[in-house]
Amino acid sequence: MSNTVHDMGGMHGFGPIEVEPNEPPFHEDWEGRVLAMQRAMGFTGIWTIDGGRASLETLPPVTYLAATYYQRWFLGLERRVVSHGLVGADELAAGQALRPGIGLNRKLTVADLPRAMNRGHFERPAQTLARFKEGDLVRARNINPETHTRLPRYARGKLGTIEAIRGCHVYPDTAAIGAGDDPQWLYTVVFTGRELWGEEADPKVKVSIEAFEPYLDPA
Amino acid sequence: MTADHTHDHAHSHEHGSELSDLQLRVRALETILTEKGYVDPAALDQIVEACETKIGPHNGARIVARAWADPDFKARLLKDASEAANSLGYVSPVGAHLIALENTPLTHHMVVCTLCSCYPWEVLGLPPVWYKSAPYRSRAVIDPKGVLAEFGVTLPADTEIRVWDSTAETRFLVLPMRPPGTDGWSEERLAELVTRDSMVGTGIAKAPAEVAA
Repeated sequence: MSNTVHDMGGMHGFGPIEVEPNEPPFHEDWEGRVLAMQRAMGFTGIWTIDGGRASLETLPPVTYLAATYYQRWFLGLERRVVSHGLVGADELAAGQALRPGIGLNRKLTVADLPRAMNRGHFERPAQTLARFKEGDLVRARNINPETHTRLPRYARGKLGTIEAIRGCHVYPDTAAIGAGDDPQWLYTVVFTGRELWGEEADPKVKVSIEAFEPYLDPA
Repeated sequence: MTADHTHDHAHSHEHGSELSDLQLRVRALETILTEKGYVDPAALDQIVEACETKIGPHNGARIVARAWADPDFKARLLKDASEAANSLGYVSPVGAHLIALENTPLTHHMVVCTLCSCYPWEVLGLPPVWYKSAPYRSRAVIDPKGVLAEFGVTLPADTEIRVWDSTAETRFLVLPMRPPGTDGWSEERLAELVTRDSMVGTGIAKAPAEVAA
């Protein structure tokens, strides 16, 4: 969902940033297993990276905020394997498989590593010419979809400048809901701190987002 | 039982002393996914091992040190950071759209992902907990100066602060300023000055006096 608690930019009240010196990659062994399962299931292609994000964003807000990062990932993964019909809720309750698995397109094996650790490719051939060019003034649309989007609330309705064109990429808003890649031009759009946060804001601050073309109107 | 029902059950059991319950559930899920033929535990082992031993900020530090030592490489890095990083060979292959941001006396770059935890894993490793946590994600865009102060970084008053919110699949690597007093240093020595935080933009590179001679 779009207007959920994950969209935190500009919120107050979360307290100081706690930095742990010499932080290990994982604090508990199960955290590594969750990350690895997430990677391996992502490799099967059964869902997209944005579908995965959406499953975390739709956790109840209290759960989202109270859970640690890998707890959140685990809860999202549990939901996803059930909602995609890979695992039955009865199997989760039983702690073991009760039926054979369904056929998946591919399975991550040792031979796929380390290649499978690399990030996916999200750029796609352009279907259209880019609507904007560097230096264009744009206004981020005031959209509030109930489904996944990557346009943060703090930028909606705000006036910014196209700083760079980043190519044509998979559109998260459709990919997350199984509606296909629908590739869209991606831009770096820069806003002044004052445009985002008002006249009291620090004049020396600028903030940019990576914005897909459907998020923007000419200004 | 619906997925939501499962989840509600999950929620009531996931706090405090029930943490062991979560460990059991993670183990159970791995068992189920393995039994159903979806995952190979040996591949999972290797993913964990790679996260613990292969990826990490030492990779980014070597890229930064090369850029400090070699102006041609620096130009290449700022033009196409994925290509430049991959040209070094010793860094695990970097996906498309790594973008290098050069800090200067005029502009200080700082990277955040307000919506989740996007981070350039290939060059910096797994993100630290603070990067993924609400305090940083919420305040980096509205009060970057205050955030930097918490990290002990104070910039000259006329330095512009530029925050990059990682809202797509582009990833950002900050190229910190080279500390003074490092003329003629080898890339290996220079790399010791490059901290993880200096490549996220919540820190600056160490001074020569901060590392053992």
